[in-house]
Amino acid sequence: MGRIVRQELDVSIWRGGPGGAQGAFHRYRVPQRADQTVLDVVTWVQRHLEPALAYRFSCRVGMCGSCAMTVNGRPRWTCRSHVGKVAPGGRLEIAPLANLPVIRDLATDMTGFFEKWQRAGGRFVPTLSRADPPVRISAESPQRKAADAGIECINCGVCYSACDVVRGRPDYLGPAALNRAWTLVNDERHGDVPGVLRAVSEDGGCHACHSQGSCTAHCPLSLDPSAAIAGLKRRTLLDLIGL
Amino acid sequence: MTLWLYALQRGSALILAPLVIAHLALILIASRDGLSAAEILARTQGSVAWAAFYGLFVVAAAVHAPIGLRNVLRETTPWQGRGLDLAMVLVFFVMLALGLRAVVAVVGT
Repeated sequence: MGRIVRQELDVSIWRGGPGGAQGAFHRYRVPQRADQTVLDVVTWVQRHLEPALAYRFSCRVGMCGSCAMTVNGRPRWTCRSHVGKVAPGGRLEIAPLANLPVIRDLATDMTGFFEKWQRAGGRFVPTLSRADPPVRISAESPQRKAADAGIECINCGVCYSACDVVRGRPDYLGPAALNRAWTLVNDERHGDVPGVLRAVSEDGGCHACHSQGSCTAHCPLSLDPSAAIAGLKRRTLLDLIGL
Repeated sequence: MTLWLYALQRGSALILAPLVIAHLALILIASRDGLSAAEILARTQGSVAWAAFYGLFVVAAAVHAPIGLRNVLRETTPWQGRGLDLAMVLVFFVMLALGLRAVVAVVGT
């Protein structure tokens, strides 16, 4: 961390067990530094004030997708959120991601989130073996471009936490799983596109989406899950009427 | 089933959009010109065109509304499952019956 530039940050961090049991925001004074990220702040609190504070992080550079939390009401990667930009007034409120069960403090249980990836048909089904030559796919084909548009998702859960439909319907697959499904529908090597289309057409699938676009607005990678879901709706509808 | 409901709701919306605009325009024209109920009935009674227009309107609305209502109730209340589905089927039949009764009243001779 850089030199101390001004003063102290006023930081509230959610502390509590599963289901918000006896949970509450605890306030801390944290030295403000130049180029300080929200993850730096959480780490400072754990190392200096609250050794038992539970939170999750790994790479610290926006590669792994494990450090997402709710910062001043918005889901974000804490490692790539500079305090100066997200809390110019020096006031931070840090909570676990919404729409996911809390394990403790800032750590959420991602099990259901990843189970929905499976439920949405997100597992790649190969059509060739390693003995076959690689398939030649043009990077310029519209299908490949549609797949490439969503393929960089790192499963951080920010879109899922930002989604109001998940909030209203816990069985809804959510934007990340549906974005994954759309990349597979457009992957010419995938061996079970009908299976994916069936999976996303189940109750709680892509047709439950309200197209509010909160997922797209919050995605730290600027992906567009909302467009992917619209693509799935269009594709399933065209399949239904035989086009 | 989910996909069918989605298709039915979007399809009925496609039908309803121009019909609602025509219906609203009709209300404005009829009320601005100060037509009496008797004058309106004189134009609609026995008309196959008005029967088809409002018959289609009623069927599309009866299909569209319960599907949307079911979604709203599922997202905002604890009411789920078979009971809700049956209630929405009932809403469909009630809307259809009331709507068709009104159509018969306007176009019947």
